Amino acid sequence: MDTLVSKYAHTASSASFDTADNLGDNLAGWDAASQFALPTFDIPMVANPMDFLRAHTDASAENHIRIQHGTTTLAFKFQGGIVVAVDSRASGGSYIASGTVKKVIEINPYLLGTMAGGAADCQYWERELGRRCRLYELRNKERISVAAASKVLSNMVYDYKGMGLSMGTMITGWDKTGPHLFYVDANGTRMKGERFSVGSGSTYAYGVLDTGYDYNLSIPDALELGRRAIYHATHRDAYSGGSINLYHVKESGWEYKGNHDVGELHWEYQAIPKGPIV
Amino acid sequence: MLSTYPGQPAVDHPVSAPIEHRFDPYVDNGGTLLSIAGDEFCVVAADTRQSEGYLINSRYVPKSVKLSDKTVISMGGCYADCLTLTKRIQQSMEWYHHAHGKTMSTAAVAQMLSIMLYQKRFFPFYSWCILGGLDEEGKGAVYTYDPVGSYERESCRCAGSASSLIQPFLDNQISFKNQETQRRNLSLEQVLRITKDSFTSATERDIYTGDYLEIFVITKNGVQVQKMDLKKD
Repeated sequence: MDTLVSKYAHTASSASFDTADNLGDNLAGWDAASQFALPTFDIPMVANPMDFLRAHTDASAENHIRIQHGTTTLAFKFQGGIVVAVDSRASGGSYIASGTVKKVIEINPYLLGTMAGGAADCQYWERELGRRCRLYELRNKERISVAAASKVLSNMVYDYKGMGLSMGTMITGWDKTGPHLFYVDANGTRMKGERFSVGSGSTYAYGVLDTGYDYNLSIPDALELGRRAIYHATHRDAYSGGSINLYHVKESGWEYKGNHDVGELHWEYQAIPKGPIV
Repeated sequence: MLSTYPGQPAVDHPVSAPIEHRFDPYVDNGGTLLSIAGDEFCVVAADTRQSEGYLINSRYVPKSVKLSDKTVISMGGCYADCLTLTKRIQQSMEWYHHAHGKTMSTAAVAQMLSIMLYQKRFFPFYSWCILGGLDEEGKGAVYTYDPVGSYERESCRCAGSASSLIQPFLDNQISFKNQETQRRNLSLEQVLRITKDSFTSATERDIYTGDYLEIFVITKNGVQVQKMDLKKD
């Protein structure tokens, strides 16, 4: 009896992201509560761990840790659903660390998250969100709403507020009440909205987006507006570039609308005669 | 009052000048690493010099470790952190083997490494990792990481002290960036030649790269290791 009890006697407080648990050799002790517990992180043994992290990620530090940054992302609602468009550049300081980053994170076939700020923060927490959305599905026999999913994410990161996380994301998807778009960031902000742009190039993207936006845009026109807004942002923002990834969120889930190299797009747009602005 | 030093007058001195204490656990041990994915192979290469500032600690400290017949990890940055991280990966892979009766796939190791790095989000490992290997279909795979665990699958990547020298060369020669020629699959011989050229050239311009080049070639027949001389100045 004792062995049986001890098998199930794991409490949430003892639950951690222990590798032993994760690797599945503790299946008998599976505990739903631990699955929803926050993971544990190593903290340096110093008086102020946050000062430590800040000192070592600062550009002036002797051996500074470069965390990948810089982005333009956007998403907007329209009559045909939601368009999501992002660039693909990751920079560490002035070095272009990658030109092929996937900044749209496919949480599940009905949910998309975008990535701005710290690449690792976005990737990790949106993956954790994906896991929790799946658990929600299994427990409730229905898909999680976009509102709930975005709230799960904002609540998770809010617990780490002030600890140096960097994340600016848009959670989009289609649930039984229709298409939805939320902005969530590492400060704990969570806003519902029609149209958002996040990242260092967001102001440029907003300029194009607000000029060309109309709720009644056709699907091809909406996709083109998203693509064009990101293109102009990559043109003016040094921290944005690479190629554009386009997504369309509709009732049957999201659909990938291709990768568009900014280098080629530039000459495509140059060839188009420009109409009057006003 | 007792004198601290014999024969000298005792001084009652409160410490008036501020003393700065700082926890500074990181050093950059230099070195360069690279990985290129082919159609049916993967190449992981790194120089073996280990330095601290202008001092060369050793001319032969391998940066790459074979994790399985399909996976090789290569790490640069703070060598102490790299050692710890490598050990953690190896132990987890052993536990996985005991629990599931099979070796971890390259994709699984890749995801695990991302989580291991993120676990230390607030006290990061000072390391840049490149994981090379074969995927479930036998195709070459390269996974690259930032110090806190953001990761991506790519076709080629160079990291470490000479990364900004070599990466543009790889973009051009491996990914055919800014070339008129059509992109084509490269043979193992071509990839090895480009790898060796990258390192001999980087050795000429980067003080932290040199001594020996250790190349891991991963094919369906397992992992072969080659060693090549680099300049030792």
